[in-house]
Amino acid sequence: MVASLARRFGDLDLAEDAAGEAFVAALERWPQDGIPPNPGGWLTTTATRKALDRIRRESHRDAKHKAAAMLHDPTPPEPTGAVEDDRLRLVFTCCHPALAPEARVALTLKLVGGLTVGEIASAFLVQETTMGQRITRAKRKIADARIPYRVPEREDLPARLSAVLAVVYLVFNEGYLASAGEAPIRGELCAEAIRLGRLLRQLLPEEPEVAGLLALMLLTDARRDTRVAGGELVTLPDQDRGRWDRELIAEGHALVRECLARNRPGHYQLLAAINAVHTDAPEAAATDWSQIAQLYDQLYAVSPTPVVALNRAVAVAELDGPEVALALVDRLDLSSYHAWHATRADLLRRLGRSEEAKAAYDAAIAATDNPAERAWLSRRRSQLG
Amino acid sequence: MTQYLLSVHQAEGDDMPTSMEELQPIFDAVDAFNQKVRDAGAWVFGGGLQGIESATTVDGTGDGAPVVTDGPFAESKEYLGGFWIIEAPDLDAALKWAAEGSAACRGKVEVRPFQEEPS
Repeated sequence: MVASLARRFGDLDLAEDAAGEAFVAALERWPQDGIPPNPGGWLTTTATRKALDRIRRESHRDAKHKAAAMLHDPTPPEPTGAVEDDRLRLVFTCCHPALAPEARVALTLKLVGGLTVGEIASAFLVQETTMGQRITRAKRKIADARIPYRVPEREDLPARLSAVLAVVYLVFNEGYLASAGEAPIRGELCAEAIRLGRLLRQLLPEEPEVAGLLALMLLTDARRDTRVAGGELVTLPDQDRGRWDRELIAEGHALVRECLARNRPGHYQLLAAINAVHTDAPEAAATDWSQIAQLYDQLYAVSPTPVVALNRAVAVAELDGPEVALALVDRLDLSSYHAWHATRADLLRRLGRSEEAKAAYDAAIAATDNPAERAWLSRRRSQLG
Repeated sequence: MTQYLLSVHQAEGDDMPTSMEELQPIFDAVDAFNQKVRDAGAWVFGGGLQGIESATTVDGTGDGAPVVTDGPFAESKEYLGGFWIIEAPDLDAALKWAAEGSAACRGKVEVRPFQEEPS
């Protein structure tokens, strides 16, 4: 509803306030008058009236013209699906590249996800006032700079869509491996990211990367309950596979198969495929590492980043041994990344180079604030004596 | 329609071409871009500025005579080299013009909307 009001009035604050007032009115009226036959339509009509009232109250000349124009809305009656179209427009507006990345995340959670400022602030561990200001600034920029409410044209869609997917994946990852704070996993953020992923999938069913991202999140989330035990991180080989969520895995696998059939591979689809191979193995020893290494090769071709190279090296360790993998890892410039130290530590441990392994564990512990990860690394280190 | 300022920023350290052989293709590209903006009906105004050493700053905020100072308003390593004012339906359209303008003049372009004129 916020999306549709925002499109009509071109003003996010007005749209949000009007929607809020309509809900309050519903809470007052419906218990007395009964729920109207079309509650959604009632809310939209009421919110539109509230918005027009507000424009009239704020009666500067410009606004009066606007109000007059809105009453005679020239856009033809909306065909079915217009609500979905409005939400999609809103997603692209919230994730516009002209907004700062942290503002994109906050706006998307607020306006598309419907989270409160307080919830978003606590999810990202910042003060509520700070988050409020961030959102206000972003909304002001959307209005002042005229960031459009529009799904980008076909030629711009891939680049703009990747900004949207990045926001959703960032929300998911912040939930799945919280960078700081008391809770190692924040399930509500994972759930919200998956909800956004499902929405995008519904809105853009033909985009393989959208399916890929949803599959990736489902296959990752399926393992969530087994990832931490007794406050300590449990890595993939040691997880209790019997407790993985089979329903999510089945859904993720179906999406990956759909992506393979389309044969338009991309970053998220390949990550999803890698996770599909992992979740396919009944036990860690049965993992098809050569397929995983191959998928990482493909992934490196589309995203040649050191982090992808690091993960590829983990697969290489299983195929060609820790010595070959360590040589690959040592070449990467990732010394501020905890996973680089943790990977090195594990490879050094397997090579029996205990002193170097201990130093690498120490570096990994120093580079992460996640409590479960610290606990796991500390125990691994102490096992070296 | 909103008017946007597309300003070209140059840093003192930038090695700007000085020979005509290097400059001519840039001038040509900017001319072609300007023509394209005009043909699209988006042109309001535009031009390149003389160097920062030609700047004079005037302060008329005091009670007495305005104070005239040689030099730019702020000592900065970056300064305005030129600008366009264009008319565009929204920021996406303005950003497209900015990308083309930036490629033509080989400088970074900042995009800022003008305030709405009071009606």
